Amino acid sequence: MPLTDLANPSRFLSLANRAIPWLGGVTVIAFAFGLSQVMGAPDDYQQGATVKIMYLHVPAAWLGMMAWAVMSAGALGTLVWRHPLADVAAKAAAPIGASFALLCLVTGSLWGRPEWGTYWVWDARLTSELVLFLLYLAVIALWRTVEDPSRAARAAAILTLVGAVDLPIIKFSVDWWNTLHQGTSFGLTGSTIYPTMLIPLLIMAVAFTLLFVTLHLAAMRNEILRRRVRTMRLMQASAVS
Amino acid sequence: MEAINHLPFIVGSYAAAFVVIAGLIAWVMLDFRAQRRALAELELRGLTRRSATTGVGPRMEEAKEKA
Repeated sequence: MPLTDLANPSRFLSLANRAIPWLGGVTVIAFAFGLSQVMGAPDDYQQGATVKIMYLHVPAAWLGMMAWAVMSAGALGTLVWRHPLADVAAKAAAPIGASFALLCLVTGSLWGRPEWGTYWVWDARLTSELVLFLLYLAVIALWRTVEDPSRAARAAAILTLVGAVDLPIIKFSVDWWNTLHQGTSFGLTGSTIYPTMLIPLLIMAVAFTLLFVTLHLAAMRNEILRRRVRTMRLMQASAVS
Repeated sequence: MEAINHLPFIVGSYAAAFVVIAGLIAWVMLDFRAQRRALAELELRGLTRRSATTGVGPRMEEAKEKA
């Protein structure tokens, strides 16, 4: 099937219906394998067992940012190419991204208390992540406020592209400012994490990414169906009036 | 001793992850059921999508006549 065929919502639904059960199964297996690796991973020589929080916190942070990147691509698709599924993809990603950003903040807070002695500081990394979560809430509120999906899509797309400025701020906050949060552990030159911890972390990151893809496809399917219901109700109302 | 002291934070993090992920899965599944039910109800009333018919289909004409 050519990629352009996915622009047709009916074809997309057909593909999603076939892919979601398989993706769900692979996600469950990836999580089971990842968690078994996490249980076997050693404690950190300084942090002790609290390093186990890393296997949730880091993938949640990555996914929180990735979901906004997906929304930004959708926003471009809406504003530039008017792709029929672009705003569906952007709208469907927002609650999922918000959930991952919230999970990142909660697990970070629970990790910070034993390591830093506090649940929260107004440090650049933490604050920019909180801003991302608030931006998610703003986009979701905007989608719910404007009744017409095409008008809501344009407004949400502009807010999404403006909010995308926060992504590099989150990423480079630990380099640009003196923060309590640790510095970058991954780079083009390699990782500062020892392989016995890095491998479980990467497996959990793959599991979280698969979860995001599965949930996003399912949420997109729901959004397409919701728009069909809306269109049919409008047709019914116009036929009766 | 340190591991026991930190256990609530580790368990709390995994519990939070479970709640968030279970919540997302429940939201997606319940929403899917709700949309399917709404579509089925509309189709029972004789409505079809515009793309499923050619322009205003015969069922819509019937609905207009009834109105």
